[in-house]
Amino acid sequence: MFEIRIHSRGGQGGVTAARLLAMAALYDGKYATACPFYGAERRGAPVVSFVRIDECPIKVYSQIRNPDLVVVLDASVMDVVDVLNGLKKGGNVLINSAHKQEFAGFVTRNVDLTGIALRENLVVAGSPILNTPVLGALAKMGICSADSVKKAIREMFSDERNVKAAEAAYKELSS
Amino acid sequence: MKKIATGNKAVAEAVKQAKPSVVAAYPITPQTEIVETIADYVTSGQLASRYIPVESEHSAMAACIGASVTGVRTFTATSSHGLLYMHEMTNWAAGARLPVVMANVNRSLGPGWNIWAEHTDALQERDTGWLQVYVATVQEAYDATLMAFVIAEHNDVLLPVMVNLDGFSLSHIMQPLDTVEPGDFIPPIHLPHAIDPKNPTSYGGLTGPNDHFRFRWDIERSMRDSVNVIEATQKEFAKRFGRSYGFTDDYRCEDAEVVLIAMGTFGKEAEVAIDILRKEGIKAGSMRLRWFRPFPKLDLAGKEVVVLDRDYSFGSGGILAHEIRAQTKKDVYSVIAGIGGQEVTYDDLADFVRKRRMGTEFWFGVNTNV
Repeated sequence: MFEIRIHSRGGQGGVTAARLLAMAALYDGKYATACPFYGAERRGAPVVSFVRIDECPIKVYSQIRNPDLVVVLDASVMDVVDVLNGLKKGGNVLINSAHKQEFAGFVTRNVDLTGIALRENLVVAGSPILNTPVLGALAKMGICSADSVKKAIREMFSDERNVKAAEAAYKELSS
Repeated sequence: MKKIATGNKAVAEAVKQAKPSVVAAYPITPQTEIVETIADYVTSGQLASRYIPVESEHSAMAACIGASVTGVRTFTATSSHGLLYMHEMTNWAAGARLPVVMANVNRSLGPGWNIWAEHTDALQERDTGWLQVYVATVQEAYDATLMAFVIAEHNDVLLPVMVNLDGFSLSHIMQPLDTVEPGDFIPPIHLPHAIDPKNPTSYGGLTGPNDHFRFRWDIERSMRDSVNVIEATQKEFAKRFGRSYGFTDDYRCEDAEVVLIAMGTFGKEAEVAIDILRKEGIKAGSMRLRWFRPFPKLDLAGKEVVVLDRDYSFGSGGILAHEIRAQTKKDVYSVIAGIGGQEVTYDDLADFVRKRRMGTEFWFGVNTNV
């Protein structure tokens, strides 16, 4: 079972990113569950969502304690949240940043999702949309297939710019 | 068609396909997306129901009762304090033999204000005459809702059915959902005692001491008869749609020396704990209780029993533990865990079994003498 924890702020689309990833995994022929952790969330507060992907039906409902991958949609949450908490040794970090980042003992990749969203003019209520481009980066990392990502995005959003943003993130993900 | 859906959406989807004539609901917290989604179906024309937004949950059930006596299919959904506020009317629905179907998202009771998963809300309704089923996956939430209409409206039952799903951990989780075309799986409703203006009759009036017990006994008779109806409905569902359900969902119980019993999502996660215990050489199994009313006959001969209660009856004990003790005459290890959404992992569940002390009660997070 592959376990992913997504850190974001309320309103940035972390829950939608989790849903899209679960949909893409389903289209890949796998099983997936996605859930946000519900607390006293409000717009702007740090929030966490979880995705589990497996070859067989998933029976676990408790929170992910030792993720294989941590996704950080908003690097500023790192000031208040230990995003590496419980991450498996040698685990992966995907961070929304224009700059290369390093975390000792983990494999870190970065991609400028905010820049891509602004370039594609994917802005809602003044905030760049991060949940569709991040799926492109996840596909590049092999978490799900690029075709399934596009299918999931098109299933949920009619605006083709979301697909273009995912394609851009796929190309621009750091190695 | 397979898609990703939450437990809330799965219930709403099943309701859309069951086509109730009347849906009554009160939309304020702790209410869920179930009624919001159904309202969308009605306004967009996907469901031709009369949707009655009411001013309280008490009125929601009253509206379902009023509609149901005319012989039409009715549905509502609630949760936690909403269910508590309905309590007078839930008794009335069962007593008037009205096959209302209701989804209840199991959440804790205040104070303090807590909207996370717990079963005490629905278990406080155990003596009302409602049938109760507890589900553990998004798919099962959908399947059980479809079956609830068939069972409630069956002539041998004519009692309301409550479909229970854990707050957040199932109501809001996204999982694969395979929807079906129900076709004639849900037959048209025919309520034998529906009111008819052409043939005026009075119901629910004064019933004296010489008669009242007869009506009460009749509820119990139908509750007993519902066992066969549930069995037949689940069998027919499996035949048509390929997914099988029982009164319990048993996992590796055949040769088990100790069985962990739980309801809802804990009952599913327990299977992971059982696999861990089996690898350690502990002959354990799990039994997820699906139907709480009617309470099924459990075969636990020769096995130790660990009961997980996500509920409590103060001054008495875990409600599920009580029922199981009463029926099996066994001394169980009673674990109280998951109250108000308390996090319980499969490792914790395995530990409850490993460190069991038969005949005692253990409050997870409170007692340290596991």
